[in-house]
Amino acid sequence: MNFLSLFVLIPLLMLLGLWLAKGVKAVRGVMVVGSSLLLVLATYLTIDFLAQRAGGNTAEMLYQASFTWFEPLNISYRVGVDGISVAMLLLSAVIVFTGTFVSWKLSPNLKDYFLWFTLLSMGVFGFFISIDMFMMFMFYEIALIPMYLLIGVWGTGQKEYSAMKLTLMLMGGSAFLMLGIFGIFYGAGGQTMNILDIANHTGGAHPIDFAGQCIWFPLTFVGFGVLGALFPFHTWSPDGHASAPTAVSMLHAGVLMKLGGYGCFRIAIFLLPEAANELNWIFLILTGISVVYGAMSACVQTDLKYINAYSSVSHCGLVLFGILMLTTTSTTGAVLQMLSHGLMTALFFALIGMIYGRTHTRDVRLMTGLMQIMPFLGVCFVIAGLANLGLPGLSGFVAEMSIFVGSFQNADTFHRVLTVMATCSIVVAAVYILRMVGKMLYGVCTDEHHLKLTDATWEERFAVICLIACIAGIGLFPSWISSMISDSVAPIIDAVKQAI
Amino acid sequence: MTYTLFIILLPLISFLVLGIAGKWFSHKTAGWIGTLALAGVTVLSYYAAYEYFFVIGRDAVTGAFERQVPINFCWLPFFDQGLHFDMGILLDPISVMMLIVISTVSFMVHIYSFGYMKGEKGFQRYYAFLSLFTMSMLGLVVATNIFQMYLFWELVGVSSYLLIGFYYTSPAAIAASKKAFIVTRFADLFFLIGILIYGFYTGSFAFVFDTPEGLASYAQAGFILPLALTLMFIGGAGKSAMFPLHIWLPDAMEGPTPVSALIHAATMVVAGVFQVARLFPLWVTYAQDWMPIIIWVGVFTAFYAAAVACAQSDIKRVLAFSTISQIAFMMVALGVCTELQTGHEHVGSVGYMASMFHLFTHAMFKACLFLGAGCIIHAVHSNEMNAMGGLRKYLPLTHITFLVSCLAISGIPFFSGFSSKDEIITACMAYSPAVGYIMTGIAAMTAFYMFRLYYGIFWGTENKELHAAHHPHETKVMTWPLIILSIITVGVGAYTTLAGFGMFDGYSFGSLISADGQDYRIHFDTSVALTSTIVAICAIGLATWIFKGERQPIADKLYATFPRLHRWAYKRFYMDEVYQFVTHKIIFACVSKPIAWFDRHVVDGFFNFLAWGTNATSNGIKTLQSGRVQQYALVYLVGTILLIAMLLIF
Amino acid sequence: MNITIDYFLILSAVMLGAGMYGFFTRRNTLAILISIELILNAADINFAAFNRLCQTGIEGYVFTLFSIAISAAETAIAIAVMINIYRMLKNNYVDELDTLKW
Repeated sequence: MNFLSLFVLIPLLMLLGLWLAKGVKAVRGVMVVGSSLLLVLATYLTIDFLAQRAGGNTAEMLYQASFTWFEPLNISYRVGVDGISVAMLLLSAVIVFTGTFVSWKLSPNLKDYFLWFTLLSMGVFGFFISIDMFMMFMFYEIALIPMYLLIGVWGTGQKEYSAMKLTLMLMGGSAFLMLGIFGIFYGAGGQTMNILDIANHTGGAHPIDFAGQCIWFPLTFVGFGVLGALFPFHTWSPDGHASAPTAVSMLHAGVLMKLGGYGCFRIAIFLLPEAANELNWIFLILTGISVVYGAMSACVQTDLKYINAYSSVSHCGLVLFGILMLTTTSTTGAVLQMLSHGLMTALFFALIGMIYGRTHTRDVRLMTGLMQIMPFLGVCFVIAGLANLGLPGLSGFVAEMSIFVGSFQNADTFHRVLTVMATCSIVVAAVYILRMVGKMLYGVCTDEHHLKLTDATWEERFAVICLIACIAGIGLFPSWISSMISDSVAPIIDAVKQAI
Repeated sequence: MTYTLFIILLPLISFLVLGIAGKWFSHKTAGWIGTLALAGVTVLSYYAAYEYFFVIGRDAVTGAFERQVPINFCWLPFFDQGLHFDMGILLDPISVMMLIVISTVSFMVHIYSFGYMKGEKGFQRYYAFLSLFTMSMLGLVVATNIFQMYLFWELVGVSSYLLIGFYYTSPAAIAASKKAFIVTRFADLFFLIGILIYGFYTGSFAFVFDTPEGLASYAQAGFILPLALTLMFIGGAGKSAMFPLHIWLPDAMEGPTPVSALIHAATMVVAGVFQVARLFPLWVTYAQDWMPIIIWVGVFTAFYAAAVACAQSDIKRVLAFSTISQIAFMMVALGVCTELQTGHEHVGSVGYMASMFHLFTHAMFKACLFLGAGCIIHAVHSNEMNAMGGLRKYLPLTHITFLVSCLAISGIPFFSGFSSKDEIITACMAYSPAVGYIMTGIAAMTAFYMFRLYYGIFWGTENKELHAAHHPHETKVMTWPLIILSIITVGVGAYTTLAGFGMFDGYSFGSLISADGQDYRIHFDTSVALTSTIVAICAIGLATWIFKGERQPIADKLYATFPRLHRWAYKRFYMDEVYQFVTHKIIFACVSKPIAWFDRHVVDGFFNFLAWGTNATSNGIKTLQSGRVQQYALVYLVGTILLIAMLLIF
Repeated sequence: MNITIDYFLILSAVMLGAGMYGFFTRRNTLAILISIELILNAADINFAAFNRLCQTGIEGYVFTLFSIAISAAETAIAIAVMINIYRMLKNNYVDELDTLKW
């Protein structure tokens, strides 16, 4: 029994527990115990991983385990983690943990909600521990489906439309992805679905010829890119986030969108290096557009969730941008950006949800002076905003700087121009963040309905403080996590570079 | 000298304590925590300065003050080219001088704020932000590399944002804080790009290269390094409010007045000057040809700001424009400095020293002016000059200190501004007489508008009704900082003036800080000193003639004669409107709105169209599945017959 | 007069044709049921006729009886359904009974 499997097993047990649980208290109890266990597990994993690395264990993937699951197609249940996955697991655990507290008072059907929520998190954890393409794909699908119900049932506004749109677009991505995965599988000889085996092919040439790679690369990249809000496949994100209930927005923007970036790197670039070198310019242009375009459209939105969703488009664009730049620093920065964006966007959505739960409006024009009425939420909102625009000392700065410095290592005009374009987004980010903060929090509250509102409750405070602590932690002491990630990124990038 | 770490840590701790637990403290406790932390910082800074200049002293071989790096560690590794983001503490003459300036002014402001902010809601928050600012500014000046400087640069930006927006219920303050942050951030974008270029081509973010390899990579870089430096200069111009990027500073006066004194007069706004000074060896060595950019931006800003300052009626705005103008003086001084060698013959290197000297003296007297303005505003509850006039009777201490500072900024001998401004003009003259005369003219304008301000507040037409209704008075705790700062102004001024004229063997500011760290003895160029003094006195005389009296017929006549000019100057030559137009009418309306529309209608429309298309197709096919058994049976029958027919035929 | 197989076949063909025509054109469920019965009976006649022609056993008759029994059962169910539908919807025209369709 490999202890990575606990990441899947604990959610399964939580599902069982939830199914048996009677009453709101029992449901909450199961969730708190389960998600705390996951958090502890993720923390332990991180510490142990770092200890093993420090002890000189240089294997590409640690804690590997495998058993065959479906012989004819060589599908196995195969798990293992490297620095990137450890970082992502830690992120997911934090978000699931805080998400539990954010959904504390959700109604109706808290139990059903948490069932789907747990199923979703199981998919996410499973995805990050898998190193078998098929298992990854399967967990990916497990994570997508509950989203439909979570938004469709517990959402707000145009929830059916948004849920449908989100699910259909992501499923469309999965279709591309499936083609890509099978293309890689058969292209590489149809012997194995194991990512490591395909990548570390014996003999000189890559098993998939160049023409084949050029077909499968765009398919896999777009397939994952849809989830990573790649322009122009990002439009599910604003609607989906706007309609989703708070914790689902958190989990979705915080973790699920990271599946996209992670998959792009782990499958598209790692397994198809020659095509990645050859074709990355197309996607670089698209992601470059995402970065500026998302930020620009966030400037004129009036719905809080739309603002944050477009800002997510911009930041997730930066993730893919960093990955495609194919340097160790930029890719490390991209992973850091996944981590940092995951945390801060979760924080943002959590706060927006809390404010919306009180004011019943998300229109920035209808809110003023909330700082006086709910100082705690107001201050946290400002911190979230500052994290979003890349204030030093919070995680966004570290990630963005790594991406920019890394991207700038490509010395040709094309990459340079794109990098400069991407840096412009940090100014635009300041514009929309300050606009939102200024309109909503500052000033004098005039709405008498708002005057009676209360500040955050204990579980809300707890969730928010956890997230802020993580953001500040990464922002103040980035070097350990950055080194952990880059240790795993560097060999991959070297391999990709050598493939030319 | 690792104890210098505490110079940064103390305010950080105080920020965290006040920021997190502030609301459970009383105002008094919170104020004391902040002030005590700052007192610690001040003591440590002075001790560090003492140790740096007098204990460690000059290097025996080179005869210069060597840079000390007590702490330096890798904060964030980058993995290509061995780049890394370091954090550390670098002590050299200018950073030590900045430590003194920042800690002194900040300490004064902390004390002063006890009185000024008394009873304000959010007192604890105010002190927390002050600590945050002080920490960031100290971190900025002791930065060991350009990236660390950028990090703290952003932090001072955000603390400035928070402090300008301190009165967050006032719409003007909200707008001003937003503007300040966005404008400086826009400039910082160039700074960042400059850093990226610099880092890539030199393989390091450090300020200097001691190894020949580092120098070789410079040499290869060609125009790249000047470009990088110029981009960084744009960043500095944003922070230091140089001409096209100056628009945020006057609005920043919406913040509490002590904040204006600390951030927007003495310390943060000179960060740009400090940055250019920090990179100065690179400028001089590799980018001489590009330095006229600094000069002309500086000259124009100095003139523009002085012109606008002559027409403002809000006393803080006058001071703000005067700050812009004075910072431009410092920039010009750096720009006209053409070599690193010091020594009496090398007039080309005076500018660097003059700039730093002016930075130091300006910080002291401008802080004094702003704090004085704070006392006045506190007394009359208005920023407008027409609410003042004749205040010398009510605020005697403020009056004297304000006068001292006005004399200093005007460049009257025996006041600190004289010595530094005189050196700047000497440096300009050495570079090009044209620049020298322009700067002398602007110095005269400075004297004129400062005394216009002085007479407008303390003499001139008194607003008797207002003063009768509310008797203006001084608060003791607020006058101490004024007295201390004006003593510094007079003391430094008297000493350096005498030193400059040959007493004490010329041992003054230049002996500690000079372009190459060597001992530079300041000796005034008599003709320059005489000219600038006479010009300043004439300008003061003119201001006295126009503005001193109870009635001001000449001023009224002037306004009547040049109404348009006055109006344009009063409206700051409509620069804000230009920005407003560009941001709202062009960027928001012509870029963001269409993009948002495009996203909702074209990109999203495409996917909605796909969904609609699928639906329409399904609807089309759906009629085949009518659910009518008879129809199915008929199709079945026809099919059977057709099949049979086919079988029969073939 | 010798009654040959042709007569039976013509009769059953006419019945089949009439049944099919009725099945395709009538909208009344009862009429459709009657048409189905006609078709079934046409088949029954064929069974009986061919059994008589071949003279080999009684399989044809057996199948006929089966068929009659099944059609009786089917008719019973069908009529029960129809009556229920009619009671609920006051309608027994197939093209109008689309409540469960979409």
